[in-house]
Amino acid sequence: MTDALIVALQLGVLDSVLAPLYWLLSLWSELLFWVAGATGLELLQYRFMHRAILVGLCIGVMAPLIGTFLVHRQLALIGDALAHTAFAGVAVGLFLNAVLDLGVSPYLTAVVVAMIAALLIEFISEVTDAYNDVSMAIVLSTGFALGTVLISINAGGLAVGVNQYLFGNLSTVSAENAVILLVLFGVIVATVTLTRNQLLYVTFDETAAAVSGISVSWYNRVMVMLTALVVVGAMQIMGVILVAAMLVVPVAGASQVSRSFTESLFVSVALAELAVLLGIGFAYYGEATAGGVIVLVAVSIYVLTVVAGKLQSRASEGDAAVGAITADDAESPSD
Amino acid sequence: MSSQTGTAQQMAEDAPVVELAGVDFGYTATPVVEDISLQVDAGEYVAMVGPNGSGKSTLMKLMLGLIRPDDGSARLFGEPAHAFQDGSRIGYVAQHASASKEMPITVREVVKMGRFPHVGFGWLSGRDWEIVDRALETVGMSAFANRRVTQLSGGQRQRAFIARALASEADLLVLDEPTVGVDVESVDAFYDLLESLNEDGITILLIEHDLSAVTNHAERVVCLNREIYFDGPTDAFVESDALGRAFGTAATLIGDAA
Repeated sequence: MTDALIVALQLGVLDSVLAPLYWLLSLWSELLFWVAGATGLELLQYRFMHRAILVGLCIGVMAPLIGTFLVHRQLALIGDALAHTAFAGVAVGLFLNAVLDLGVSPYLTAVVVAMIAALLIEFISEVTDAYNDVSMAIVLSTGFALGTVLISINAGGLAVGVNQYLFGNLSTVSAENAVILLVLFGVIVATVTLTRNQLLYVTFDETAAAVSGISVSWYNRVMVMLTALVVVGAMQIMGVILVAAMLVVPVAGASQVSRSFTESLFVSVALAELAVLLGIGFAYYGEATAGGVIVLVAVSIYVLTVVAGKLQSRASEGDAAVGAITADDAESPSD
Repeated sequence: MSSQTGTAQQMAEDAPVVELAGVDFGYTATPVVEDISLQVDAGEYVAMVGPNGSGKSTLMKLMLGLIRPDDGSARLFGEPAHAFQDGSRIGYVAQHASASKEMPITVREVVKMGRFPHVGFGWLSGRDWEIVDRALETVGMSAFANRRVTQLSGGQRQRAFIARALASEADLLVLDEPTVGVDVESVDAFYDLLESLNEDGITILLIEHDLSAVTNHAERVVCLNREIYFDGPTDAFVESDALGRAFGTAATLIGDAA
């Protein structure tokens, strides 16, 4: 059984299945070369930047998509916990590669370990009847501790490669990793699209959702598993330590300025994409770590939305004072 | 169409909406509710009262099949409550504190959720949206359809939740202390709304500790403190000493709207 798992994890077998995605990737690269030619932007002249931008754009969609459901359930920290267990998964992958020479991508072992951790968190919460920050903190530190121990056992060559997982790196996004991310992206977007009704109901009002016949615990499991996938996907660029920010910060910004749930979903994606693109740009020209820059940009955008939200509610209070309680969209966020 | 399914349907139609028989339940060794037997028929307006910690909410969860009794049986529309699948038949309105408070969501989006048991993974059809808008109209919230729920008053918010139950075309409306945190004027209007819904044939099960509201509106009172102290018409309840026994103090029917 473990053999089957290992074989499945070895990308060589999957290559033929994933061929169309590699083709898509090269198409994307052609497109950006063309844009580079047309605009003269220096950062678009490298293939690794093309992959980084593609991965960034995907993260900008899927992180706030999942994050919206997490934040409104007060589960913002779960992303952090899963990111740190994903780090353990990376360590497991590196360890297996070094000891058994398996040639498994550490991102795939990270997916597996993070999913197991996600189910563990969900299991703990079902048994104790509440999501609590203590169990989350325990899972978080266990994951990180396991990761550091595995890496230290294998020190030497490995320690060098760990930085890219901790802090993320634009230039190390390989074609293989980009394709893994495209698969994760597809799975996440498809699952959320299919189960959006149920996820919304469970997020908004868990008891009423249960009464209406929705299996709350089942959708909670779906939710944490998707979170694990997003975290691992976003880790390449954002790094373990900052990955949770993409789940939370754009969503927090969007809820400042949005009125409806649908609107907040789209606004959070827009804000995240803005942060990703600006962040990658700044990071490239400023020669800084992309993950950190993206988060700083995202937080700046968040601060702006707080101000915009305040102005917006002041304006609508003004309306109410004049007695004009109309349900118009005059105050929708245009920026 | 075999006669067998016809009989089964007939039985389901005739079955009481809620039926508890000898129900015991405890989260730990200490029972929260003990030997509860009661039956709610279609079209009734029943209020469940009792002091804090008397097991009202637990009993409601048992009725709705959210938890299973340790002993005895709980049936919903004639089926075992935990296995009851047709969630669209039940509308649930909680204290407004239970729903996510900060979430950006409009009234119409909340009411839309009432259609989810009908559409499943699909999208809402034009007819579904008509039902949503009609439900908003019934509770008098059409003007607030695009308002963010967080900007509503307590009374308006509870109306939105009622509209959600109406949109699901529920036969049974279960309300768990719906008027906590709702201003006094809105409370009256809220109970008027419940009454008119009841007249339209919706069964109402109200869990309350505001006793004056109960005695003014419900037809039947179930007074509870771990076990049932009283179950009967509201008038008889007012005259009985069940309240004093259940609450264990000199509780009065007026001014206990804490």
